[in-house]
Amino acid sequence: MSLTTFLQHCLTGISLGGAYALIAIGYTLVYGILRLINFAHGDIFMMAGYFMIFAMSSFPWFIAVPVVLLATVLLGIVIEKVAYRPLRTAPRMSAMISAIGVSYLLQNLATYLFTALPKGYPEIPFLKKIFRIGGLSASLVTFLTPVLTLIIVYVLMVLINKTKIGMAMRAVSRDYDTAALMGIKINHVITFTFAVGSLLAAVGSLLYFTDRMTVFPFSGSLPGLKCFVAAVFGGIGSIPGAVIGGFILGLGETALVAMGYSTFSDAFTFVLLIIILLIKPTGLFGEKITDKV
Amino acid sequence: MKKISSYKNKILTLLALLIFIGIIHFLEINKSQYSYQISILERSAIYAVVAVSMNLLTGFTGLFSLGQAGFMAIGAYVTAILTIPVDKRASVYYVNGISPAIADSNCPFWLALIIAGLAAAATAALIGIPVLRLKSDYLAIATLGFSEIIRAVIAAPQLDTITNGSYGLKSIPGFPNLYVTFGLCALCIFLMILLIHSSYGRAFKALREDETAAQAMGLNLFRYKELSFVISSFFTGVGGGLLAMFMRSIDSKTFSISLTYDILLIVVLGGIGSVTGSVLGSFLVTAGREWLRFFDNPLSIGGVEIPLFRSGFRMVIFSILLMAVVLFYRRGIMGSNEFTWDGLGRLIVSIPRRLADSIRRVTGKKRKEHRHNDNE
Amino acid sequence: MKIKNLMALTMTACMGVSLLAGCSTTTGGGTAAGSDTASEAPAASGGKVIKIGVFEPMTGENGGGGMQEAYGARYANQVHPTVTIDGEEYRIELVEVDNKSDKTEAVNAAQKLVSENVSVVIGSYGSGVSIAAGQIFEDARIPAIGASCTNPQVTQGNDYYFRVCFLDPFQGTIMANYAMDNGAQTAAVITQLGDDYSSGLGSFFKSAFAELGGTIVSEEQFQTNQTDFKAILSNIKAQNPDIIFAPSSITTAPLIIKQARELGITATIAAGDTWENSTVIENAGDSAEGVVLSTFFDEAEPANNEASSFITGFKAYLKDNGQEEIIPAVSALGYDAYLCAVKAIEDAGSTDGTAICEALKNVSLDGVTGSISFDDNGDANKDMAFIKTIENGQFKFLTTTTIK
Repeated sequence: MSLTTFLQHCLTGISLGGAYALIAIGYTLVYGILRLINFAHGDIFMMAGYFMIFAMSSFPWFIAVPVVLLATVLLGIVIEKVAYRPLRTAPRMSAMISAIGVSYLLQNLATYLFTALPKGYPEIPFLKKIFRIGGLSASLVTFLTPVLTLIIVYVLMVLINKTKIGMAMRAVSRDYDTAALMGIKINHVITFTFAVGSLLAAVGSLLYFTDRMTVFPFSGSLPGLKCFVAAVFGGIGSIPGAVIGGFILGLGETALVAMGYSTFSDAFTFVLLIIILLIKPTGLFGEKITDKV
Repeated sequence: MKKISSYKNKILTLLALLIFIGIIHFLEINKSQYSYQISILERSAIYAVVAVSMNLLTGFTGLFSLGQAGFMAIGAYVTAILTIPVDKRASVYYVNGISPAIADSNCPFWLALIIAGLAAAATAALIGIPVLRLKSDYLAIATLGFSEIIRAVIAAPQLDTITNGSYGLKSIPGFPNLYVTFGLCALCIFLMILLIHSSYGRAFKALREDETAAQAMGLNLFRYKELSFVISSFFTGVGGGLLAMFMRSIDSKTFSISLTYDILLIVVLGGIGSVTGSVLGSFLVTAGREWLRFFDNPLSIGGVEIPLFRSGFRMVIFSILLMAVVLFYRRGIMGSNEFTWDGLGRLIVSIPRRLADSIRRVTGKKRKEHRHNDNE
Repeated sequence: MKIKNLMALTMTACMGVSLLAGCSTTTGGGTAAGSDTASEAPAASGGKVIKIGVFEPMTGENGGGGMQEAYGARYANQVHPTVTIDGEEYRIELVEVDNKSDKTEAVNAAQKLVSENVSVVIGSYGSGVSIAAGQIFEDARIPAIGASCTNPQVTQGNDYYFRVCFLDPFQGTIMANYAMDNGAQTAAVITQLGDDYSSGLGSFFKSAFAELGGTIVSEEQFQTNQTDFKAILSNIKAQNPDIIFAPSSITTAPLIIKQARELGITATIAAGDTWENSTVIENAGDSAEGVVLSTFFDEAEPANNEASSFITGFKAYLKDNGQEEIIPAVSALGYDAYLCAVKAIEDAGSTDGTAICEALKNVSLDGVTGSISFDDNGDANKDMAFIKTIENGQFKFLTTTTIK
């Protein structure tokens, strides 16, 4: 493999990894607080893509982007309120089934409203400008994705560590009941978490779909699952872990396809999951949790 | 209320069985006329087998596993490979030819089904070793992951000569007659019920309730978890084989995650922890899917077209149904109860009263008497 | 509690209504609400009726193509609404079912047609679902005429399945010929894993191209629902092929095209008949210029008189139904399949499936896609394919090819 091709693959991998990282953070945030795998997260990501299509057909891009971000955040908050809040005291299985149900509902809703045929994703003009460096060729968005990811993660870390709401989030994820007893408004914290997660998913979808150029109802389910694996790999509850997990996943997948084993690119994700669960169940950066009898 | 004695119970069960056989006989004779209804019933029965086996794992042992589609795939492919008539094989494997190892292996379908189940069970035994240690959330994702891995392996071009990779397998012979179909399904479910009522079943339930306590009582956690997983996968594999014989042609796309979600819907609807619920749920969901087909077509009442009814609406309704069940009727139709003639009698007698109560409550009238409410 | 009870009542009511509607559907007549029949069947105005089933995907991955084929059949029903059997005139009623581009659903949909007592079936778009339903039609002894399903497995070993289009081996060879004729010595092939159409056509192209002396420098596969082809395309770019053959569904077509151009690949991109769909042009935009594909029909080159009148008539029909006035090739095939069905019914002189099947074997007529007759396998004796390219955002006819 020539150097150019290798570098091209690296670029693809990092860009993919960046998008995965943004989505993985959403999973890790929600799981850290609610101990719930939000199966619907991938589909929120997909719906954000569709929102963009409709927003761009009515507004210029600098209005459409905030509209889409807002709409996705609203969607996330509504889902939390309707599907997860009533089941907070229910056994874990019910909550998980509810998450699967929401995911299923979003997919079918998208199929019904927008048909299963893929819809072209509108282009934000400057993002699709193609740059050629040496033998490498990619659009601006490919280069932009990992950079933006890192910036966002930095901002998020500041938020978590230096603000009051961030401290509340950490408290709730450390010990739910005690935090409630200490007067932290649990519902607000959870709503905020979902809002942040959905916001990240919306940004991720903007970057991801601009690169991929079409949206169809099932474009969120598999990436969603993979991103959850990335979050687990990095250590559920840890944001840097989720980011690292996302990048490793993106690079690994690209490497496999580059080497000709594209059949196993999906399987690779799950093999990674099994391995990490066997060797270090808490993930790369996770903390050990003791089980009280 | 007088309890029906167990003697009468047996008579009623026998009667129901005879009526059941009578219906099958009738359908068998009029096969072509009712082929649509028959295919719905067959599919429901097959899904019921898989649903009960999933219930065995999820409802009775408390292990939330989402790997059903993968095991069904194994069962289906093994059955298909063993039952496609030898002379048709060359044309089915038209691209890369068939591997000489399996080119001549052929056996009657019931043997093929058993081998299919064993293959699925063996895979489960292997997968179980690493996976069953995990907590419920991770177990779900891990089994889901394995299901996808199995699917990827089946479709891999490297295995083309065995599984025919992306080209799918066809010319799978169907069921000789209806008795076989329903008989096999009933047999599988019956075996699972026997298991549940045995001491193993009690051990599984103990596992579900409190793992630590069960372990303190001397149950070897891993052994029983593995046992439940393996047995459940055996029947899931058999179910997959039955599905292959029903559909007559399969490929790896048939066994995607949505198949697992369908079974999950059935289990949740019927009630986690109830065999009768799973069977009922299976028939309701499969039949309901077909009946609700009219949601997919434009509907006009009195000449006014209602804009909502387009293709795809049916699945939206279905998803909403699932959500409604999960949110409001968490215990499903049967909760964790099983079917008894007693219960049926009480249910029939109480219908008019329940209806009146519901109407009264909805319209907000005051209740006439303080009735002990057993609706939660 | 109130909500629960209200919901319980509503759900029971809904189930009751659906039960009633469902029952009325399965008894064959069908009210306006519960019927799957799409054509406006006026209340039996006396006279006999013969049913022709239309087995297509209306939703799902191949919903677009299925609808187009159905339009062809519906238009044909409009132009030829009756058939004469034994001197009596029968009205032809179309019974449409949706197989949802899914094999599992296909089995259900096929069974529905069987219990509706159709005499012939037209369909389906998508070889996978046709293969799945084939056994059911064979068991029920109902002949089926495929319009655009090109995979050889559809008719192989199945006495009751016929088709009016060419096969994938033919199509693969055609494209290989075209590639060779236009100076391509090296080729890359991209196929979809798990899809019999894509993998089958890909492998036929491969063998044909190799036989003609070309070299396949790269073979890549992708998963269903995959959206990122950068890695695959980077590999291909490194090998620098003269042409890229990527038979896939229209979902992935624009992705492959756009991403290839973005990576700087300038080689011609070619594919099979599935790519002849306006969504490919819509979604791929400028990058689609120069794409080459093989197809069954072209409205600029009518094969015969029937074709000319079809072209004008069908365009008007499309306009009436709010569709673009470009005739999709699969609609023309749907029309031809209907014509064959009618001729076979006439020849057989009965509504019995087996008789019609026998008659079909000997049918020979001039359809809008050329002359049609069937060989022993049930495949159409077609020796001509149309090659089209995308130019200025439109499909443009390039040439017709035959096999050397």
